[in-house]
Amino acid sequence: MVTYRPFSIAVRGAMTTLLEAEGIMSVRGERTLFENLNLCVKPGELWQVQGPNGAGKSSFLRIVAGLLPAQAGEVRFAGELIQHGRSNYHSNLLFIGHKAAVKAELTAIENLEFYAAIQGQPLTAPPYELLERVGLVGLEDIPAQRLSAGQQRRIALARLWLSNANLWILDEPFTSLDVAGIAMLHERFAWQLARGGAVILTSHQALDNIPVAVNMLTLEYQH
Amino acid sequence: MATRLSIRTQVLAIIRRDFRVAMRQRSDLVNPILFLLVVVTLFPLGIGPEPATLARIAPGVIWVSALLSALLGLERLFRDDFSDGALEQMLLMPMAVEWAVIAKIVVHWLLTAVPLLILAPLLALLLNLPGEAWGALWLSLLLGTPVLSSIGAIGVALTVSLNKGGALLSLLLLPLLIPLLIFATAAVETAATGLSPAGPLALMAAITVLALVLSPYAVHAALRVSVN
Repeated sequence: MVTYRPFSIAVRGAMTTLLEAEGIMSVRGERTLFENLNLCVKPGELWQVQGPNGAGKSSFLRIVAGLLPAQAGEVRFAGELIQHGRSNYHSNLLFIGHKAAVKAELTAIENLEFYAAIQGQPLTAPPYELLERVGLVGLEDIPAQRLSAGQQRRIALARLWLSNANLWILDEPFTSLDVAGIAMLHERFAWQLARGGAVILTSHQALDNIPVAVNMLTLEYQH
Repeated sequence: MATRLSIRTQVLAIIRRDFRVAMRQRSDLVNPILFLLVVVTLFPLGIGPEPATLARIAPGVIWVSALLSALLGLERLFRDDFSDGALEQMLLMPMAVEWAVIAKIVVHWLLTAVPLLILAPLLALLLNLPGEAWGALWLSLLLGTPVLSSIGAIGVALTVSLNKGGALLSLLLLPLLIPLLIFATAAVETAATGLSPAGPLALMAAITVLALVLSPYAVHAALRVSVN
């Protein structure tokens, strides 16, 4: 199993801010989803973005991740505009979107091998300890398309155990997960925050029983 | 600080994964080649088996069929990646996205063009192409197929988010590939008359270099629009 070193963040300017979004505005089609939205994420914080369906939670996460351009406003990572320091930002970011990016034809191990390689934690042996932790033992040689939705989700979320990234952005990570799976994620979030990382996620459920403090960002549905 | 990743590691990871996925979807790879073989064999049946006529139309038939069969399998370049979210992850890799695009194009070329290059002598034989032109046909396919993969990637990147992008893709790409078709058939025909095909082949090489160098940037821009 790979070992993780605690990391230090090379920060220019504000030492205490990991990610800063300022005055973000998003327009989809004819509708303004949100405007003048601010978010300031410090190391060790977990942020939950919440709001009704269609309020723009996913769009906001995609803007923050740098996948979607904002109509107005700017996003800074470690004090640097993400458009300018894209490579540095994306080597410090783990984004798991609504689509899990699990290749249906590949087995759990093959999917993990790919993500381990591009996350800089190449697997040297079959990662049985990791598979056990995410509850996929015995399923590692089955193509992902033959697994249940929850099991496929677990393959995607196993990336959290292979991640050295300071910032995790997760769009609805609890979808299709059972109670044990949710508890497992809570535990992992606590680990990430304890080592000075941060998590931004969307969820419709209230994060009950989570062993860390939850900061809220609420989006209203704009007509 | 997160681990610094070399471009090589990331490119090789994409190539490895794409090969694995392709090996699990073999019908997607075999079908365009079978289509090409069937189309080429239809011509002698439709036109009549006169050796001189067949030899005359052989370069055009082989190249048009190759273009059409390339269009059949082209969508798989980005279609699955788009629907399962792998495309978003590709845009989030620390390296320049153009490298990832090059990896995808290389894998696509290896999986579609290499079988075509192996099959080319058989196609030439079926259509009674004169022996002097076989080399030129093979070279024209070797130079032309990278253009199909790289220009094709632009078209797929533009249409991947549309539900029924297939027909649009053909309409978009075929006009762009006309210069390629003209120089390719010119090369084969010149060689068949016993002259040197170097001129048209050199122009094809120029098109190939241009397409390979510029297409990754265009594909990257198109993909950014498509994932929005």
